[in-house]
Amino acid sequence: MIEIDSITKRYGETAVVDSVSMTIAPHTITVIVGTSGSGKTTLMRMINRLVEPTSGTILIDGADNRSIPGYELRRRIGYAIQGHGLFPHRTVAENIATVPTLLGWEKSRIAAKVKELLSLFQLDPAAFGPRYPHELSGGQQQRVGVARALAAEPNILLMDEPFGALDPVIRAKAQDDLLAIQKHFGTTIVLVTHDMEEAFHLADRIAVMDKGRIVQYAAPEEMLVNPATDFVETLIGAGERPFRLLSIGAVAEAAEAGEAEGEPIAATSSQRDALSALLWSGREALPVVGADGARLGRVTLAGLARRAARPQ
Amino acid sequence: MKRLLPNLLRLAALLVLIAFLVQPALFEPLLKPLVQANAPAVYNQGSLLSLTLSHLATVFAATLAATIVAVGLAILVTRPIGAEFLPLSRSLVNIGQTFPPVAVLALAVPAVGFGEKPTLIALFLYGLLPIFENAMTGLSTLPPAITEAARGTGMTAWQRLTRVELPLALPVILAGIRLSVVISLATATIGSTVAAKTLGEVIIAGLQSNNLAFVLQGGLVVAVLAVLIYDTFSALERVLSRRAGRI
Repeated sequence: MIEIDSITKRYGETAVVDSVSMTIAPHTITVIVGTSGSGKTTLMRMINRLVEPTSGTILIDGADNRSIPGYELRRRIGYAIQGHGLFPHRTVAENIATVPTLLGWEKSRIAAKVKELLSLFQLDPAAFGPRYPHELSGGQQQRVGVARALAAEPNILLMDEPFGALDPVIRAKAQDDLLAIQKHFGTTIVLVTHDMEEAFHLADRIAVMDKGRIVQYAAPEEMLVNPATDFVETLIGAGERPFRLLSIGAVAEAAEAGEAEGEPIAATSSQRDALSALLWSGREALPVVGADGARLGRVTLAGLARRAARPQ
Repeated sequence: MKRLLPNLLRLAALLVLIAFLVQPALFEPLLKPLVQANAPAVYNQGSLLSLTLSHLATVFAATLAATIVAVGLAILVTRPIGAEFLPLSRSLVNIGQTFPPVAVLALAVPAVGFGEKPTLIALFLYGLLPIFENAMTGLSTLPPAITEAARGTGMTAWQRLTRVELPLALPVILAGIRLSVVISLATATIGSTVAAKTLGEVIIAGLQSNNLAFVLQGGLVVAVLAVLIYDTFSALERVLSRRAGRI
């Protein structure tokens, strides 16, 4: 649990972060979005004290984050940045071992952890461990960057536009990997991005920042339905709203009784995928099947259209 | 394959140099045409080998001291706490470079007497600038993502310096040391004017007795040393840069 209490950061006269308060629940993904210069990165960097606040406090699991030296705090909090920031003169294995080495873990424990993480990120430990970062592709470097951030098993992982430098295909894969890893470790993730698509895909809760203040802090559905200000509405993109609403819900929720012909769609797919499949195949309805292959009913164009409409 | 020929040439130059220093008499026929009749063709007022070694020792000691001071200063002024010393440090090392070594020798002799000491002082002052400027560049142009990551992983200031910043700046710092060493190798010859044991003795002896062979011997030995040391440093820098992923 991260409790941010009226935190402010001023550079001279301008407040980059202006009296922000928010509580981040454990084991969730919170995405902070905003335009450039909105203070989102500064807010995140105050959690691990890469930036010292001008006033206000941040409690991590009830303890003030200024109760221990900054470098010790940062060893307990994972940190992944855009462009990965891997140390070029160290091998992949040494990079991942950075924090455990600083913490003085035993060699065998470090080696086991490096191996575990590389396997988890689908990199063969024997092949990739001894390589240098410049010998990897962009997507691989990014995965090693996240693996390094997770090496000391932190409860909290801070990510500053971690996927910004990746091409769209690799980015989608990296996002899905992150969701899987969050499930695996139960890490509390705070992620900063300016990509709304990414925010809606990953977030349990989204915080929208503008000019140093939090404009809205809510679950994605809530934000779509009730944008707090025009700024939030613009950021979401008015034209995208119905599709974003559908992309949050699963097909299972939209299933109705009845039969339909043709290729079925899995109940766990998003309603947006279902709409896309209906439109592309030119049909009115699709059968829905569960994980075991059993028919659960059908999903119809009309039903989805109702769900995509602004809730009353 | 492309590097084979230059490396063979370097090896040959090294072997010839060693042969000449150990057995200069072997080369007498080659040098004989350069001198008037009855004049000695090979330096005969001392051992060329021991002069060369003491020449190298002088350069080594001066460069080592210059490296420690210049890199130390560069580290200081690239920390937040020492940033305000940057203009002062720059002026100091620039003054060291501006004073001609001959003038430094002349000024140092009354203070410390004849011998190695004035030469060491002159070489030390003259060698500071290239090392300082390169160390400054190396330490202040590290990619921001990497220094940021070093802080973000919880390294202390000392750990960041020793584990990340210095290793990554090392190739650039070495380039500065390389320049400094080569300048010092040449400049050390004038140390002989104040009785330092360097290869300058051979050149000066040749100038005094109008012996072209002496001048050539002293000059060539210094030149070959400079080229070989320069190339060795360059090769070392290449290896380190490749390891640091800068190429």
